[in-house]
Amino acid sequence: MEGLGSKMSKRPTPTEFIIERDDEKCIACQACVRMCSNDVHSYDPESDTVSSDNTKCVGCHFCETICPTGAITIKRNPSEFKLNANWNAEVIKNITKQAETGGVLLTGMGCDKPFPIYWDHIVLNASQVTNPSIDPLREPMELRTYIGRKPDKLALDYSGKETKLKTTLDPQLKLETPILFSAMSYGSISLNACKSLARAAVEMGTFYNTGEGGLHKDLYKYGANTIIQVASGRFGVHKEYLEAGAAIEIKIGQGAKPGIGGHLPGEKVSEEISQTRMIPLGTDALSPAPHHDIYSIEDLRQLIFALKEVTRYRKPVGVKISAVHNVAPIASGIVRAGADFVAIDGLRGGTGAAPTVIRDSVGIPIELAIAVADHRLREEGIRNQASLIAGGGIRSSSDVIKTIALGADAVYIGTAALVAMGCNLCQKCYTGKCNWGIATQDPYLTKRLNPEIGARRLVNLLRAWSMEIKEMLGGMGINAIESLRGNREQLRGVGLSDTDLKLLGIKPAGEAW
Amino acid sequence: MNRFQEKDISGCAIFGIMDQRGKRFSGRDIITSIASMRERANGLGGGFAAYGIYPEHKNDWCFHMMFESKSAMVQTEEYLRDNYKIVKDEIIPTTEDKSIKYRPLLWRYFLQLKEEKAKLHYDLTEEDFVVKTVMEINTKINGAFVASSGKNMGVFKGVGYPEDIGRFYRLEEYEAYIWTAHGRFPTNTVAWWGGAHPFGLLDWSVVHNGEISSYGINKRFLLNYGYICAFFTDTEVITYLFDLLVRKHKLSFEIVANILAAPFWDEIERQSQEEGEFLMTLRIIYGSALVNGPFSVIVANSKAMVGINDRIKLRPLVAATSENRLYVASEESAIRQICPTPDKVWMPKAGEPVIGRLRE
Amino acid sequence: MNKNQKLANKKKPKRIVIREEYCMGCRLCEVHCLVRHSKTKNIIKAYKGEYPRPIPRIIVEEKGYVSFALQCRHCEDAPCLEACITGAMYRDKKTDAVLCNEKKCVGCWMCIMTCPFGVILRNVEGEKVASKCDLCMGEEIPVCVKYCPNEAIICEEKK
Repeated sequence: MEGLGSKMSKRPTPTEFIIERDDEKCIACQACVRMCSNDVHSYDPESDTVSSDNTKCVGCHFCETICPTGAITIKRNPSEFKLNANWNAEVIKNITKQAETGGVLLTGMGCDKPFPIYWDHIVLNASQVTNPSIDPLREPMELRTYIGRKPDKLALDYSGKETKLKTTLDPQLKLETPILFSAMSYGSISLNACKSLARAAVEMGTFYNTGEGGLHKDLYKYGANTIIQVASGRFGVHKEYLEAGAAIEIKIGQGAKPGIGGHLPGEKVSEEISQTRMIPLGTDALSPAPHHDIYSIEDLRQLIFALKEVTRYRKPVGVKISAVHNVAPIASGIVRAGADFVAIDGLRGGTGAAPTVIRDSVGIPIELAIAVADHRLREEGIRNQASLIAGGGIRSSSDVIKTIALGADAVYIGTAALVAMGCNLCQKCYTGKCNWGIATQDPYLTKRLNPEIGARRLVNLLRAWSMEIKEMLGGMGINAIESLRGNREQLRGVGLSDTDLKLLGIKPAGEAW
Repeated sequence: MNRFQEKDISGCAIFGIMDQRGKRFSGRDIITSIASMRERANGLGGGFAAYGIYPEHKNDWCFHMMFESKSAMVQTEEYLRDNYKIVKDEIIPTTEDKSIKYRPLLWRYFLQLKEEKAKLHYDLTEEDFVVKTVMEINTKINGAFVASSGKNMGVFKGVGYPEDIGRFYRLEEYEAYIWTAHGRFPTNTVAWWGGAHPFGLLDWSVVHNGEISSYGINKRFLLNYGYICAFFTDTEVITYLFDLLVRKHKLSFEIVANILAAPFWDEIERQSQEEGEFLMTLRIIYGSALVNGPFSVIVANSKAMVGINDRIKLRPLVAATSENRLYVASEESAIRQICPTPDKVWMPKAGEPVIGRLRE
Repeated sequence: MNKNQKLANKKKPKRIVIREEYCMGCRLCEVHCLVRHSKTKNIIKAYKGEYPRPIPRIIVEEKGYVSFALQCRHCEDAPCLEACITGAMYRDKKTDAVLCNEKKCVGCWMCIMTCPFGVILRNVEGEKVASKCDLCMGEEIPVCVKYCPNEAIICEEKK
């Protein structure tokens, strides 16, 4: 009778995954036993066999990947509730958990709910007959992009014998491909992951973003390819930090959790994190929801110019916001406040830790956000004053190209970069037990991400996507990315409502010019 | 069908002649040369631009109008009378030609801007005001289209083969020092009188062979500066780009060529430090004005005629000079049709403009 | 081709370099070394079908979160070569590696006692012989290097 009371107040955690082990193939080498940070597998020396505790498996697939004989298969737990379109298994489990713990449900990565993905309803054009396609393997195809403030027109000096340039451009970031690595803080991800991103950015001629975790001293040498972030917690923000990067980004919000600040659980605050972020060891790092010195747009303008003054107007200073309902006028306000670039992070943006309800219900998809923001800035005649960077669940090169055609100057990829380094989206980043060595500070685990390999894989990803983008551009008869930027004529919608088409500013498939 | 008729037809024909002394000549020559390129058109559009044809009205704004209905004409006249003094207005004389069907009402107006209107809109130059007028008529008045709006010049265009259009408008009776012509083979839009080339705005006229893949962004870039594209044809953007970059931003034709047909980045990097920085800055500021896709265009205004190709030369363009005349055309044979022995004939390189200027 | 060019063309011997900062302690190197030195060379048969089970010649050393895979260093002044009483230990001319001819070995363990790294193993399941890393003679890349998932052991030309 003894266990009955505890069994009702604390039910075993519902099992998400089951491990199928092929006994014919398992050689009991114990690699899975050693590697699983959740202690799922165990070895019994008497019988010389390995067995698994399904209740602890998070579905990260590390053991499956490392098993030398391919003996392991991870499957979703087939134990099913009665079919209910309204009260599905996840909803039931969430309520059960909250009844036990009284806590806020946390999760990692981006919104996994089936909101419509507009990219999957947009198609691209290709040249046929009237306009020759261009072959990127034989002819130049230009992806170079400059991020920063651009003047309305050119000023020339006609006084001398030759016409000379009088305009000096505001500081620009030069990208060889229109893809940047999104902000992922040192803390939410390991130092090895940061190193991989930094090295890949250097090799590909693009940039990575420090996120709100400050900059570890080992990363200062990649400063020329770093965008440093100033977030509401101001973690790790000091003079050298501001000088270290190529650009500064003020983080007002992120797509995964609009309206609240960043969250690094205490489990992930190691000695080095504590030093880099300038916070006590083992404490939760909770960024405040607003910047406590930005309560209105004029305060933002003040901070932008304060940062510009500190860096002597030599670096672009931009602002990152979540995509919310009023993203268009907010973007306009930010441009007028003096920002050199506006980064918009959509509903499906990732995170290391966020309350599940906020991640899944707050914010709007990036496709709509970028379309309306770009349109509004053009309407007001200020589009050239700031570059637009879009992010939030970009999964492939076709997503990239569609986002650029909708109006973005460049895109931020976060989740895609982590997947390239090994992540399988088990969404348990907040536990700090990432088996892939990405979302953890545990030295046993961080060793597993070799920055040489990580950087190599990221470079491969960007190279592959860049090649695909070139192919698609060539197919449209375009040989410079500037001619696709904001060129909505090259897009058509399939299966979208009139309102969607109107907001995206594109025609339905079948309609010609 | 014999093999000649099965021959592959490539789209659109353009031609331009300029007498750099400003000496005027009849439209007969240009009609002959554009007729020789008949195979490049398909009868769905043709047109001409002529400069210097109204010497008695050389200080008046001349609007060549197309009206699809009488009510459109009445509305337009009311609007014009509000803002301008109509010095003279008359029907544009034409002859009967059975091949030219569905003719709209063709009328021309010689206008002077009313002083009180100029004073009221003190922040606009006279040219800006005329541009505003043209945009208003094109977008707000149903069935009314401004074919040209310059001084001492005019655009004559319609649906039909260009040589038929030329004869329809009796162009042999006019004398001009710049003539440009176009024969159309449209692929993306339905043929209509307003959509034929040349496109005119102020004293600019553009004839274009090609397709603009970057149209979507060029159009939106121009919207920022107040130019509304209403003719459903991509060529419109080239006209407005020239007006913006040359008239308003005061850039030379050579610089404009480097914007519309921007050199490649690796080519820019091979230039000297100063030149490279200049070209890079140009491209960074005017990236949305890069015209991507194949094109050869002839642009003219009262002082110059310019021929340019796209940055990888995907459409033909040939130039020739003979004494004081400059010829630019889609085909050399068209030039030789009227000038059998030119002094010099050459093919301009991709992005390299051919510029003819009026000698003062 | 003159003598200098011949020398330059001669392939430099390869050595295994350990990078302990990347070792995750998975011991897959041990698994594949074992398979390489088995009769069947098949991973499942080597583990489940062969008796005596072959032994790996690479050992993963661990303390706390530091780990690395250690194998014979093929020393230039190898003490095991000196200690061997039968001449089973010899230096391969082409690769400069120190190899053990197990047919000649009598299992006296002198080599094991002198080895400063402790990388020679007593292979007692079958014939009583001393076993050690042989750089996977015959393979392009040693299998421990090939199968290390994190490139913690790499193969480089001897400097």
